[in-house]
Formats: sequence, C-alpha cells, structure tokens
Amino acid sequence: MLTPTYLAQQLVNALNLGSLYALVAIGLTMVYGILRLINFAHGDMMTLGAYLALGIIALLALPVELALVLPMLLVAGVGLLVERLAYRPLRGAPEVAMLITSLAISSLIQNGATMTLTAQPRPVRLPSQLAQRIAIGELSLAVMDLVIVALALALMVALGVFVKRTTIGIAMRACSENLRAAQLMGVDVNRVIAIAFAISAGLAGVAGVLWSGKFGLVDPFMGFVPGLKAFVAAVIGGIGSIPGAVLGGYLLGFAEVLFVAFAPPGLSGYRDAFVFALLLIVLLVRPAGLLGQREVNRA
Amino acid sequence: MLVLDNVHVYYGHIHALKGINLRVDVGEIVALIGSNGAGKTTTLLTISGLLRPRQGRITFDGHAIDHLPPHQIVRMGIAHCPEGRQIFTRLSVMENLRLAAIHRHDVPGVQRDLERVFALFPILAQRRRQIAGTLSGGEQQMLAIGRALMSRPRLLLLDEPSLGLAPLVVEHIFRVIASLRAEGMTILLVEQNAYQALQLADRAYVLETGQVALQGTARALAENPAVKAAYLGG
Ligand SMILES: Nc1ncnc2c1ncn2[C@@H]1O[C@H](COP(=O)(O)OP(=O)(O)O)[C@@H](O)[C@H]1O
Ligand SMILES: [Mg+2]
Repeated sequence: MLTPTYLAQQLVNALNLGSLYALVAIGLTMVYGILRLINFAHGDMMTLGAYLALGIIALLALPVELALVLPMLLVAGVGLLVERLAYRPLRGAPEVAMLITSLAISSLIQNGATMTLTAQPRPVRLPSQLAQRIAIGELSLAVMDLVIVALALALMVALGVFVKRTTIGIAMRACSENLRAAQLMGVDVNRVIAIAFAISAGLAGVAGVLWSGKFGLVDPFMGFVPGLKAFVAAVIGGIGSIPGAVLGGYLLGFAEVLFVAFAPPGLSGYRDAFVFALLLIVLLVRPAGLLGQREVNRA
Repeated sequence: MLVLDNVHVYYGHIHALKGINLRVDVGEIVALIGSNGAGKTTTLLTISGLLRPRQGRITFDGHAIDHLPPHQIVRMGIAHCPEGRQIFTRLSVMENLRLAAIHRHDVPGVQRDLERVFALFPILAQRRRQIAGTLSGGEQQMLAIGRALMSRPRLLLLDEPSLGLAPLVVEHIFRVIASLRAEGMTILLVEQNAYQALQLADRAYVLETGQVALQGTARALAENPAVKAAYLGG
C-alpha cells in the first residue's frame, strides 16, 4: 500500500487541494483584512466561475485558455459590482450588517443558479489536452493537476508582487492596518476596497473553474464546502494575512489528504470533522492564527 | 485660509462640538488648547472629513469642504498628523512616506519632498528600510510628521505631536514645527502642552467642552490669568 508511487500520488493530491484552498482563502483574508467582513458569498464566486467556464466551453466553443481567463475576469467584475451595490452603501454600518448582506448574496446566487440552471449537477468534460495523463515512472499525472498547481502558484506570485511593490498594494496593506489613518493620508479607500473585492472574487472564480475541472461536476452549491474550508484555512493562517492564507490553504490540503490516506478506513468519512478539530487546536495554541497579528486598536 | 463657522459634531447622542468658530490665516501657527475631552481631536477629524458636522460650515480657500471625502480634502492641501501617531507599523518607513504621496504624479516633486523630510529628520533616512513598528516613539512621531508632509500640504494639522515623548525629542519636534513655519507652512497645532504651544503660536483658541472659551494672540493668552491657572500650572 505505502509504495513510493502511492505517496507521490497523495502528494500531488495534497498540492492540488492546497492550491485551491489557498486561492480561495486569499480572497477571504484580503477582504476581511480591510473591512472585517467574513464574506459568506465568497464560495459562490467559485460556483459562478465554474458555470461560466462550462458555458464558455460548451456553448461558445472557445479555446480552453479563455475558459480560465474569462471567468476570472467576469467574476472579478461581479465582485466589483457586488461591492458597489451591496457593501459600499453599508460603509460605517455595524459589521454584522455586512455579514448578513453577504449571506443574502450567497442565497441569491445559489437560488438564482437553481432556478435558471436547475440543481442538477452538470458534468464537466475536460478538453482533451487537460484530460491527458503524463506518466512519470509509475506515477500517472493528469495535465489538469499540473495546471492547477502552476496557475495557482503563478497567481500567488503575481499577487505577492502587486501587494508588495505597487502603490495600490501598499495602500491595501495600510488600509488593512488602519483604515482611518489611510484615509487621512489621502488614500481613496473606496477604490482600494473595490480593487480588493475584484481580486478576491477573480481568484475565487478561477479556483471554481479549476475545482470543477478536477472534480468533474458543477452545481449551484459546489462553492459552499470549499468556501468553508478556505475560511478555516484563512483562520489557521491568521485571518487578514495573505501569506497566512497561503500557508493555511496548503496545510489544510495536506492535512486532509494525509488524513484520508492514512486514517483507518472507517474514519476517513470524518475528514471535515478532522479539519475543524485541526482549526481548534491551532487556535488554542495561537489564537491569532499562525501568521496573524494580534488586533491592534483600529481607532 | 481655513474657516469653521458654527460647527456642531455629534458622536451618536454625544454633542461633542457645540458651535465652533475658528479661523486660520495663511502663514500662521494657530494653537488649539484645552483639557482632555474638550473636543480638540474631534475638531481636527471634522476638518479632515473623517467626521461630518451635523450643522455649520467648513471652508478652505473659500471652498466648502465639509461634504468632501477625506482623500479629496488631502488633495486640496490639508494634511493631518493624527493623535497617537498612527503610523503604519507593518509598513517600512519608506512605504509609509510613499503611501502619503499616493495621489501625486509629479515624481520629481515627490522625490524633493522625500529629501526634505530626510533633511528634517535624518534618522528616518537611516531607517528607511526598517519596519515602522520597530522605531522608537520619538522616531515614530517624526515619521508621522514626515508622512503628513509628503502630500505637500498648505495647511498642516498636528494633533498632540509631543504626547508621551522625552523632553529632548519634544524640543526637536517643536524646532521642526518652527522651521516649517519659516518655510511658509500654515499650521493648526493641538497641544496639551499649552506652555510650549503658546510660545510657538501666533494665535490660539482655548476649547472647553466643545466650545471656544477664549481666543486671542498667543502672547495675550499666555498672560491671561484664567489660562495661566487652568493650563499653565498657575
Ligand atoms: N469615538 C467616540 N465616541 C464617542 N464619544 C467620543 C468619541 N471620541 C471622542 N468622544 C467624546 O467627545 C469629546 C471630545 O473628545 P476629543 O475630541 O477626543 O477631545 P480632546 O482631543 O480635546 O481630548 C469627549 O467628551 C469624548 O469623550
Ligand atoms: Mg485629543
């Protein structure tokens, strides 16, 4: 059972799952960092992305690269729109008002998708170039697996450079530390918040496309569980911290895959319970998460 | 330059400013003094647009600014160095300074202002790559002032720049404020350290429970028996 091939296969699975959790967790943590909003509609951006990719491939017969890029851009646009219409009017309202709004948006997307597209899960037929498998010794890898890891890493590096080097990136970090001081320094916080929402939604959108490609199904509720797991990942990593979200995402991916691979067969069904147990343990040891900073006074 | 006309501000039901009238003319240092809770910080936050007057008008160079968002008020030429410094502790010194020039596109001008800040506070040049949270209290205050200067303001709002600092550092900060004025900067200075503020200022207002209790030239207020008793330790 414990052959090197099996271990390598599990490693690939863990990297895949971790990459996807990380992509989704980054968006949650970015928005939380600035607005202290736990965005319950974040997982639904995955769903939107997955349906868009399905439509682009099935209906428009566009090349597969576009099935990745277009949903990312379109879902980023949805993020912008949602921020403008739903959250901006609530600026200054208690945080719980935004939280409830995000629940409403989540229901809206789930119900809307059910009504227009039915709750019937739709199979994703991968384009042939992604469905191909590459054999490395006894290990057989789907091209899709490589695409997931490579694309996720590329996006994370790009985001890292953006946040570290550009003025908007600096403004974003400043806003997440002290929104009011950032305003006093001339930062147009509405603009920064809009950009954060767009990036956040776009990353979730592309993660949804990849998720549906890996697991082969799209349905109106597909974003819920990964959205929840990504939230756990963000909290484990220290919510508000982008490197924390990446770390949390991969940790969770590895923990889950290892649990399923090595737990006694009867227990592997408890993987979600295991994830939450892991979260509790991390929070007991480090209440602010692994890379989180203790909340300073936000004045 | 700046005029507050009958400005009322509330925190929920708390009536924090009860009809403030105040003016700052070009080239002046105006001090705003008063005990804790008098409404000094609230006044500055309202000028900067983080708080909105429920009644009254604020004009800057004749333009009403009391409905503008904070970042536009900065663009008009008002910079605010807030109470408690509020530098971005997780950003480097350089990033703090760059951020405050975010809306400016004149690269040479920004570079000149950066050099000016480093000339005023040479220690910041040495520590430019350091994370701001690792600076000492005095250095953080210097960074807070330097950061405010990076938007190239015409009016500088300073909220208790000497608070909690060692006497030598306080002296340095006040020297810098004097040199800014010598360069033509207009300053509205909030201070609990009334003695030093009145030494430096041209005119001053004394705030009590959200109202202007006294006003006049700094010299006259420093001689005023009521001010002496309440704020200058007799
Ligand atoms: N965020 C707030 N919420 C409610 N009341 C506040 C708030 N900030 C200040 N106040 C009240 O407004 C009054 C003026 O405060 P402030 O402007 O901070 O005074 P100062 O700067 O002169 O010490 C005080 O009575 C204070 O308790
Ligand atoms: Mg104050």
